[in-house]
Amino acid sequence: MAFIEIAGVDLRYGGQPGADDGAGTLALANASLTVGRNEFVSIVGPSGCGKSTMLKLISGLVRATRGGVRVAGEEVRKPLKTVGMAFQNSTLLPWRNVRDNVLLPLEIVEPYRSQPKSEMAAKRKRADDLLATVGLGDFGDRMPWQLSGGMQQRAQLCRALIHEPAILLLDEPFGALDAFTREELWDVLQNLWLHTPCTVILVTHELREAVYLSDLVHVVSPRPGRVIASNAVPIARPRTLGMTFQPDFVDLVHACRHHVSAGNAT
Amino acid sequence: MKRSTVERLAPWITTLALLMLWQLSIMAFHVESFVLPTPIEAIEQIYTNRYPLMVHGLATLGTTLLGFAFAVVFGLMLGILVGSFRLAYVSLYPILIGFNSVPKAAIIPVLVIWFGVGTVPAVIAAFLLSFFPVVVNVSTGFATIEPELLDVLRVLGATRRDMIVKIGIPRSLPFFFASLKIAITLSFVGTVIAEIIAGNNGIGNLMLIASSNFNVPLVFAALLVVGVMGVGMYAIFAALETRFTSWSVRGAGLGVEYAAGG
Repeated sequence: MAFIEIAGVDLRYGGQPGADDGAGTLALANASLTVGRNEFVSIVGPSGCGKSTMLKLISGLVRATRGGVRVAGEEVRKPLKTVGMAFQNSTLLPWRNVRDNVLLPLEIVEPYRSQPKSEMAAKRKRADDLLATVGLGDFGDRMPWQLSGGMQQRAQLCRALIHEPAILLLDEPFGALDAFTREELWDVLQNLWLHTPCTVILVTHELREAVYLSDLVHVVSPRPGRVIASNAVPIARPRTLGMTFQPDFVDLVHACRHHVSAGNAT
Repeated sequence: MKRSTVERLAPWITTLALLMLWQLSIMAFHVESFVLPTPIEAIEQIYTNRYPLMVHGLATLGTTLLGFAFAVVFGLMLGILVGSFRLAYVSLYPILIGFNSVPKAAIIPVLVIWFGVGTVPAVIAAFLLSFFPVVVNVSTGFATIEPELLDVLRVLGATRRDMIVKIGIPRSLPFFFASLKIAITLSFVGTVIAEIIAGNNGIGNLMLIASSNFNVPLVFAALLVVGVMGVGMYAIFAALETRFTSWSVRGAGLGVEYAAGG
């Protein structure tokens, strides 16, 4: 059964909320998408096609103008609490050190929120352990601006995962990084996911990134966006960077590129 | 000399140079001391009238700090309200701007009718002059929060209170401290104006009496005292600013070394 289900959704920005009167910009038109539990899927497509909007729909940050979004069988009406999110820009709070940034969700989400102060040491340990898995073990006390872009994104991933969310939403998390750092972080993300499985939806421009990380790559048409093709990636895990030069990998990337171009042409 | 030494001495040297310029131009143009006294005469007056200046200076300082404290509390609350609720912003901002455009000196006679002559109108004047920059700065801090920062909390199901406490307030602290440095100096202005118009003590009252006796050097002595108190309070808040918002100051902005105001 589908864990996340977007069914026939229209989404219009700038119009009257709830009124389908044709005003504003139509971001999504009759978009549908289903994601199974603990699946890793990517959404690719030209810029401005409504990829990020799909993430906002799933997380409950925006409501559909028409159609419905269901997560675990429940209609999404307000922001979900079982979501972790990471963005392209570093959204670490500049006044907190890295560890306290990672701990932020535990100050908001139950049951951690109402736990007594005595749990604090355990939580800090947990944050440090998680930071260590992404290679930031010694950086808990640093301030965000003392970290490089790639390190900030690692810390952001930790913050998105510390409360063990059922769904991880990634909005071009590696988009602003150089190619080498990006590829390093693919492995970081893959390892995190293999270690503690959750449902991941990754929005990206990078087709190689999408194929490398995903079980399924969904291609979205130009605005108003809808899913026009879905490519399964039957490559065994854990995947390594060496595989990205194998013919089957390259063919999959080409197939995705073909779908994106075909979407642009129509 | 080391660069840091130069920077530490620079304000003193500049002040001294301006005082010398003042002294020399009066000597050069033979200005009478009841028109404009020399700085040396003013400083002499500070010495001879040190007790009244201290008593009235402390009265002015107390009044100013009281009005300033009200301004900080009220300005902070109003700033948070205006900054975090769109409707509050839309409905209150025009009134605030209009209110701040009214010359406060014109209100003081009305305050005297309501509260009588003395400290109360001076406290209110200090408050009225200084709360506005606090409101504007704090609300700007709140209104310019990056939406992604709020999304991070929103997807976790955070309440509005969470967002104000975890993001709004820390994010606005640099704005808040910047406004305190402006507000404290404006507080002094408010107090002294009220004391001149309707005081029975304080530096402003002392200046009024001195000028009606044509003791212009004493007027300038009093002005110097107010100026020094203003700089002193400014330095205190600048130091607090560096202490609490060091995260927002990474180094030299625009090639200007960050100075803590001291």
